[in-house]
Amino acid sequence: MAAEGKTIDALSQFELVPVLGPIGRAVGFSQSNAHMLLAVGLITLLFVYGMRHRALVPGRLQSAAEMLYEFVEGVVVGQVGHEGRRYFPFVFALFMFVLFGNMLGLLPYAFTYTSHIAVTFGLAFLVFVVTTVVALAIHGKKFFGYFFPEGAPLWLAPIIIPVEIVSYISRPVSLSIRLFANMVAGHVMLKVFATFIVLIGSLGAVGIFGAALPLAVNVALVGFEILVAFLQAYVFAILTSIYLHDAVHLH
Amino acid sequence: MIRLPFAQLWHAAALALLLSQAPAALAQHVTAPAPTGSVQTNAPLPGQQGESVAVQADSDRATAVREANRTAAEYEHAAREAADAGGMPQLDFANPLTIAQVIWLFVIFGLLVFLAAHYLLPPVAEVLETRRARIASDLDAARDARAQAEAAEAGQRDSTARARAEAQASIAAATQAAQADAAKRAEALAERLNAQITEAETRIGAARDAAMGALREAATDAAAALVQRLAGIEDKAAVDAAVSRELSARNMGAA
Repeated sequence: MAAEGKTIDALSQFELVPVLGPIGRAVGFSQSNAHMLLAVGLITLLFVYGMRHRALVPGRLQSAAEMLYEFVEGVVVGQVGHEGRRYFPFVFALFMFVLFGNMLGLLPYAFTYTSHIAVTFGLAFLVFVVTTVVALAIHGKKFFGYFFPEGAPLWLAPIIIPVEIVSYISRPVSLSIRLFANMVAGHVMLKVFATFIVLIGSLGAVGIFGAALPLAVNVALVGFEILVAFLQAYVFAILTSIYLHDAVHLH
Repeated sequence: MIRLPFAQLWHAAALALLLSQAPAALAQHVTAPAPTGSVQTNAPLPGQQGESVAVQADSDRATAVREANRTAAEYEHAAREAADAGGMPQLDFANPLTIAQVIWLFVIFGLLVFLAAHYLLPPVAEVLETRRARIASDLDAARDARAQAEAAEAGQRDSTARARAEAQASIAAATQAAQADAAKRAEALAERLNAQITEAETRIGAARDAAMGALREAATDAAAALVQRLAGIEDKAAVDAAVSRELSARNMGAA
C-alpha cells in the first residue's frame, strides 16, 4: 500500500475501515474502535493479571501497574491537591487510554486512534465538559467569576472577559490538536521514510546500500515516537489535571 | 463537594449515542425518497451544444440522486478515493465512520473509566496502603528495637561503671586499711626499738660510769703507790686530787 505506483502514500494509514463484517458496518464499528477496545482490554489485563497476587514485594507486572498508578496519582495530587483524588480514576483512564493508543499505534499493522482529530477532540471535549461540570457543581454561579479576575479594573472587563472566555473555550481545541498533530506527524514521517526504503531499495545493488539511510532514520524515529507517545499521554493527563485544578480552586 | 456518579456518565453516553444516530437516520429518510430504478440521464449527443445548460442541470440531479443512493461500502470507497486524492482521512467528516468512531470512543472510554474506578485501581490502592502500613510498622518496630538496645547498652555501661567504682572503692579501702595497719605496726616496732635503744644506752652509760669509776680508783691507787715508792710520801688526798685533775684535763673525768 505504501509505494503503490511509485508514489508516497502516507495518509491511507489513517483511513477508517469497518470491522466485524456486516454487524460492524451496521453500527459503524471501525478498526479504530477495535483498537480502543484492545487498549482497554490490555489495560484491564495489566491491572487484573498484574495485581492478581497483591504481593507485598511486587513482581514485574505488578511493579509496572503500581508505577503507572503512582505516576498518575502524583500528577493528579500534585496539580489538584488531595481533593483531586476523586477525579483520579478519570485522569488515570485518560492517561492510560492515550498512552496505550499511542503505543499500540507504533506496532506494525496497528491503527493509531489518537491520530484522529475526531477522537482526540472527543476526549478533549469530555475533559472540557467534566471540568466545567465540576467547577459549576463546586462553585455554582461564582464559577463565572473565573472569567473576570478579582481586582482587575472594571473598564477592562470588555477586553478581559472575551479573552478569558476564548482562552477557556480554546482549551479542548489545543488539547486535541496537540495530540492529533503529534501522532499524525510521527506516523506520516515513519511512512514517508518507510516508502523511501522501498523506493530506493528497488534500485538494485546500489539501492540496498542507499536504503540504509532512511532505515536508520526510521529506527531513530521509532525511538523518538515512543518518547512522544509517552510524553503526549503525560501532557494530556497533566493538562487535564491543571484544568481540574482551575475547576476546583478557581485560579 | 460533588461526586461524579458513573451511572450518570453512562446515561449521558447512551443518550449521546441515541441522539447522534437520530440525524443520520433522518437524513437517510429525507434525502433518499425513491431509490427505485435507475436514474435516466439525458446524455448529450454529439453536436447538441445548444442544450448544454439543461444537460448540466440533469447531470447535477443525477449526481444528487447517486449520492443519496450510496451504500456504506460506497462511502468507504469514496473515502478511500478522497484520501487517495490527497485529503486527510481524519478530516473526511462525510465518512460516517468518522463520527461513529467518536460515539464508540465514548462508550469504550466510559467502560475504561468504570473499570478503572471499580476494578483496576482499588486493588492497587489497597496494596500500596498495605505496604505503606507495613513499612511504617516495621520502621516503628526497628525504632523500638533500637531504643531498647540503646537502653540496654546504657544500663550495661552504667552497671560496668558502678562495678568499676565499687571495685576501686574497695581497693582503695583495702589499701588504706593495709597502710594504716602497716603504719601502726611500724610505729609499734619503732617504739619497741626506741625503748630497747634507750635501755641499751642507759646500760652502756651505767657500764661506762662504772668503768670510769673503776679506772679512777685504779689510777689513784697506782698513782699513790708510785708516789710512795718514789717519794715515800703517803698523801692520799693530794694524789686523788691530782688524778682527778689529770683525768678531767684529758676529758675523761667522771661522768
